[in-house]
Amino acid sequence: MTNLQLLWFFLIGLLFSVFFFLEGFDYGVGMSLRLIAHNEDERGQLIQAIGPHWDGNEVWLITAGGAMFASFPFWYASLFSGFYVVLFFILFALILRGVSFEFRSHAISKGGKQLWGWALTIGSLCAPFLLGVMFTDLVKGMPLDASGNISGSVGDFINLFSIVGGVAVTLLCLLHGLNLIRLKLSGALKQRAQALAKVLYPVLFVGLVVFAGLLLWETDFFVKRPISSWTILILIVLFSVIATYGTYKDKDVLSFIFSGLTLMGVVALLFNGLFPRVMVGNNAANSILIKNATSTEYTLGVMTIVAVILVPIVLAYTIWSYVIFNRRVPAKKVVNDK
Amino acid sequence: MYVLGVSLLSLARFQFAMTTVFHFFFVPFSIGMALLTAIMETIYVVKHEEIYKKMAKFWGKIFLLSFAVGVVTGIIQEFQFGMNWSDYSRFMGDIFGAPLAIEALLAFFLESVFIGVWMFTWDRFKPAIHALFIWLVTIGSSVSALWILTANSFMQNPVAYRIANGRAEMSSFAGLLKNPQLWVEFPHVIFGAFTTAAFALAGMSAWRLLKKKNREFYHKSLRVGLWVGLVGAILTVGVGDLQTQMIVKDQPMKFAATEGIYKDTDSPAPWTVVEKIDPKTHKTTWKVEVPKMLSLLTYHRTTGSVKGMETINKELQEKYADKLGTDMNYYVPPRTLFWSFRIMAGSGAFFILVAALGLWFSRAKKNTLQNKRWLLYVLGLCLWLPFIANTCGWFITELGRFPWIVYGLFTIADAVSPNVTAGQLWMSNSLYFLIFTLLGATMIYFSHRTLVAGPDALDQSDGYGTTVDPLSKGAFSHD
Repeated sequence: MTNLQLLWFFLIGLLFSVFFFLEGFDYGVGMSLRLIAHNEDERGQLIQAIGPHWDGNEVWLITAGGAMFASFPFWYASLFSGFYVVLFFILFALILRGVSFEFRSHAISKGGKQLWGWALTIGSLCAPFLLGVMFTDLVKGMPLDASGNISGSVGDFINLFSIVGGVAVTLLCLLHGLNLIRLKLSGALKQRAQALAKVLYPVLFVGLVVFAGLLLWETDFFVKRPISSWTILILIVLFSVIATYGTYKDKDVLSFIFSGLTLMGVVALLFNGLFPRVMVGNNAANSILIKNATSTEYTLGVMTIVAVILVPIVLAYTIWSYVIFNRRVPAKKVVNDK
Repeated sequence: MYVLGVSLLSLARFQFAMTTVFHFFFVPFSIGMALLTAIMETIYVVKHEEIYKKMAKFWGKIFLLSFAVGVVTGIIQEFQFGMNWSDYSRFMGDIFGAPLAIEALLAFFLESVFIGVWMFTWDRFKPAIHALFIWLVTIGSSVSALWILTANSFMQNPVAYRIANGRAEMSSFAGLLKNPQLWVEFPHVIFGAFTTAAFALAGMSAWRLLKKKNREFYHKSLRVGLWVGLVGAILTVGVGDLQTQMIVKDQPMKFAATEGIYKDTDSPAPWTVVEKIDPKTHKTTWKVEVPKMLSLLTYHRTTGSVKGMETINKELQEKYADKLGTDMNYYVPPRTLFWSFRIMAGSGAFFILVAALGLWFSRAKKNTLQNKRWLLYVLGLCLWLPFIANTCGWFITELGRFPWIVYGLFTIADAVSPNVTAGQLWMSNSLYFLIFTLLGATMIYFSHRTLVAGPDALDQSDGYGTTVDPLSKGAFSHD
């Protein structure tokens, strides 16, 4: 394995982590439309909290996919064709929720607003659940043949472990979304978000324990890479504890940062366990390794130069866009404008 | 493998065609609408006329609808190479992946972040700064076309690669960008995109002018649309001509099919305007011909014969004998290509004519457009024509490459995912069809309603349907 291959494996993991940190709260806010809002006005306010950002956040997923195609075409090909049905429904969920922002704003009738609000909620619920299922299956191991193709039965995709993984990711996104609402809103919606988070955090800890148990049982993570796996797992629990502490002590920023870090930690745990593989085969001989899945050194070099130049620029204006929307504006400037 | 009489490969191809054609209704429209909105806002910045600000806001609303559908159908594009064409991804990943990743990093982030900023900051920045945001969106969306077409150009005309380890490997990134195919394909597509939105906008304005609503507003909009449309159409047709010169050399079968020629022509070659093609007997009847014209179109001189499909088929059989055997057929669907080309090229010429007429009759000195209802009807119909023309263009480009997915290197049949079943493809085909119908209908419905409500309805709601300023934290409070 070369340094560039290692770097790009790390970068793919990082792209997915950032994606979950950013889009995670978008999903959570989408779900909370049906959990803490009591009328369409309140739903509108929740959506406004993510309105200017959700699209940019989703690009992190697109970039992760594109980077995977570019740096590990054999991984991209095996994963995407192997999880055809799962990814199809992820796409379906992303389509529904993606258009719902714009369509809901155009709907005039209450029924129309409710319809697209539901589309947003269902899409925001299904996307993280199915992503959780897919990533759990990925580390659990799939029936891979010698040419890298998965041909599994339903049970290979939907099983106790993957459902627990899906629920865990969904719950993490929901909590992350609730924490963002606490940060961005005030009044009744904020209080309801906090009240719901207080109920959900204990559930999350149960979920994390079950998930960790299944991870121990179903994967070789803690045998092959015990030190790093245990360290990351402990960090995940620690991050969640801090986020919970922030929830009970009214520390909104703290909760938000640490619910995001928890999500990043889960991605880190899975990528750490995956290493040095990219696809785990039920038959270990068919597992796909980083060094076999990669593009040429030349292409990786080109990509590295591109990333070194462009990523800081992207980060700079993305952060800037968050900063400008974080500023309070004087009440007199409020106009019904777009 | 056949299920319900359709082969797995056909299902996968149909799905790719359906998803890309649908996606490409919104791509050129969004790229062009971003440009038109940016132009309108720039005029506002320069002239300080409120009506141009209103125009930018109003057309921006329709642009945002299209952008949303374009984004969500775009995710399908990136995923489906891996999902449906995994062996293609393995073969092409080393080359295709880099432009795709750069497209995301350079273009998608730029347009997505700044579109969010643009939507919500009309009163927070100086007009010139705010206009800059929509220009960044325009640049982002235009640049995205460059990168994705870098990949498509390689598939049409592979350059700067070597075949090693059973796949195509990039030998020079700069070489990939220097592909001559790219520098005719990209301008053709990007000018086509500007033209598409320009005529769609002019068409929408024309319908409102027929109803005699908001005359000044739609008149000014129409003229912006027609100017962009005129320049765009001339450039699109011009670059299309250059592209033809290249296709004659690089993909002769594609060219012969667009002209419906089976047997080699005489010199000089006559151009067939219309004909009836029988792909089984290779007979062409009901011909209407213009003498010497094909030589002129093909070589820009009055002599020279053009090779027919039968000759080309034999040549290709020899050329690729060691790859695909000697009895492989290289014929592409002649009727589809022949008529697609006529609709596409005909539309291009028609657009130039209509734009020129529209601009002339609506000129400031003597504006008589309002009385020329026939012309307004024609302009109104031009709302739909660019979308048909674009689709025809892609039919020629993609169907004309058969049997190759990467020209001369890799066949479509080898590219399809071996582990995706026909049953799964039936499911995804059907559900995509359903949701596309829903999205398309909703998009048209909302655009139509926005149009009918007119620019005066702009101030009634903000982006997401409530009337608070989304930027202030206090806006979300109940106290």
